[in-house]
Amino acid sequence: MLTTKEERIFRNIAYILLICGVAITLVPFIYMISASLKSQIYTFEYPPRLIPRDPTLENYIKALGKDLFGINLLNSFFVATVTTISTVFISSLMAYAFSRMQFPGKEVFFYILLLGMMIPPVMLIIPQFIIVKNLHLLDNLWGLIVVYISVTLSMQTFLLRSFFETIPRELEEAVLVDGGTRWDIFRKIILPLSKPGLAVVAIFTFLYAWDEFPWAHVAIREGSRRTLPVAIALFQSQYLTQWGLLFAATTVASIPAVIVFVIFQRYFIQGVVTSGLK
Amino acid sequence: MEVKNKILDKSFLKKILSSKGAYLLLLPGMGFFFTFILFPLIYSFRMSFYKWNIVDIGASKFVGFSNYVRVINDPIFIRATLNTIVYTLMTVPGQILFALVVAILLNQKIKGRTFFRVAYYIPVITSWVVVTFLFEYFFGSQAGLVNFILKDMLHLVDKKIMWLTDPVLVMIPLILLGIWKGIGWSAIILLAALQNIPLDLYEAATIDGAGIWHKITKITLPLIRPTLVFLVVVLVIGGFNVYVSGLLMTKGGKPLDLSHFILTLMYKKTFTYLDFGYGSATSYLLAAFIFVVSVIEINLLRRKVEY
Repeated sequence: MLTTKEERIFRNIAYILLICGVAITLVPFIYMISASLKSQIYTFEYPPRLIPRDPTLENYIKALGKDLFGINLLNSFFVATVTTISTVFISSLMAYAFSRMQFPGKEVFFYILLLGMMIPPVMLIIPQFIIVKNLHLLDNLWGLIVVYISVTLSMQTFLLRSFFETIPRELEEAVLVDGGTRWDIFRKIILPLSKPGLAVVAIFTFLYAWDEFPWAHVAIREGSRRTLPVAIALFQSQYLTQWGLLFAATTVASIPAVIVFVIFQRYFIQGVVTSGLK
Repeated sequence: MEVKNKILDKSFLKKILSSKGAYLLLLPGMGFFFTFILFPLIYSFRMSFYKWNIVDIGASKFVGFSNYVRVINDPIFIRATLNTIVYTLMTVPGQILFALVVAILLNQKIKGRTFFRVAYYIPVITSWVVVTFLFEYFFGSQAGLVNFILKDMLHLVDKKIMWLTDPVLVMIPLILLGIWKGIGWSAIILLAALQNIPLDLYEAATIDGAGIWHKITKITLPLIRPTLVFLVVVLVIGGFNVYVSGLLMTKGGKPLDLSHFILTLMYKKTFTYLDFGYGSATSYLLAAFIFVVSVIEINLLRRKVEY
């Protein structure tokens, strides 16, 4: 490959800038982990140190044993998992109908659904609160799950539809010739061929449900039903300046999201681009 | 061909049956969507015209536009709107500018592109709750890193600055947080747009003796303009909807409700003072505002593309 001198210089500058940028991006997280390993007296040390003196796991042991933190962690896993499975299932059914079937009102339904992508979720928390209250689902993990499914549904259906559109229709005709039904097409052709798309939907939904705060903050009052973000937010107001303890909790809360993201990052970025550009 | 005929020759009855199948597939999703998105949207519109009684809904009184009048004339709302506009005006260009630099750099033939992409994206996938506390820790007045750097390392200030308790100064950590958390997402979108630009355009420019700056301003930016328009619209919507970071960092608008954003004010009025009419009117004003701004942006920014 031909490289001009200018390009070489530019590339070296690019490396330096990128590494500086990564440092700015990641230093807060390194500080978080560092503070989580400091005992309380050292979190107010001045000047602040990046490498902790006498690192200790006591904050983690305390945080995990504290109040309901273990239960909150399980709640988060339960809510995120159930939301993810349900959303993948429901949105793939809808996406199939929109990409492969003709029926009266198709356009109208699709545009109504698209509306869901434009409504900021926080705007709806007041009426959702009242509806969920009337369904007796306040202070209940299912009250979180039903709203999470509804909020993510539009985008996920839209995403999956665009994945389904890329699957050649000839394959389906073959199934029809062999006397197969639409359900066979869906199960044996569409789903197996859209694994990357389903992965994208699963990751998006999982991360959303795992990180969501505004609705969980409103819908759950009882400590034992809280998910992690709410538990951590209230943790902070309760133990105001126990940064070591707080950051042990936030580190534990962030790890599953980071793991899911790093493993699936290839699919994930493809999904961001598809949902962003189409 | 035979197969096609088989599909086309469906009798009328079969068509209805297959439509029934389609409706069946849509039923669960649409059920959720109508119950928890569409119905709430209409419900809250209705609420915004009532003095809503949360205990006894039958006792709610229709009050016309008076909730809207109350909101617009409320100095706290005006202050919250100004804060939200300042936040948006700072975070949108900030995110796009840094994301553009990152995307252009990542679009070079460099090693470790995957690593960089993952690293820049980590703030995006982390909960707002977590990153807000991180920034609170950095901007803390006693042992915060920012004060240490400003006072003891760079000697730019004589006293430690009270970032978090001052209603104006607290906007600075909030804005920096908004930019820092959003760069990764915009960068990924921009990178995808950059990769669609044919390389021969740059090669031709190189032959003509064009420098890097020239290539960026004359080739890159005009060609990714649609993506930039998209980002501006989406990020402005995101900026107006700033919520979690403000709620947590200002402890709900402290001091004296001066540091609210529109949505944190909506939350407080609704769930602390149980003024559901005020809250609903606020969210509808925000939605209307966002809609108008988006339409203006799209028209202004699009117009220049076609010349």
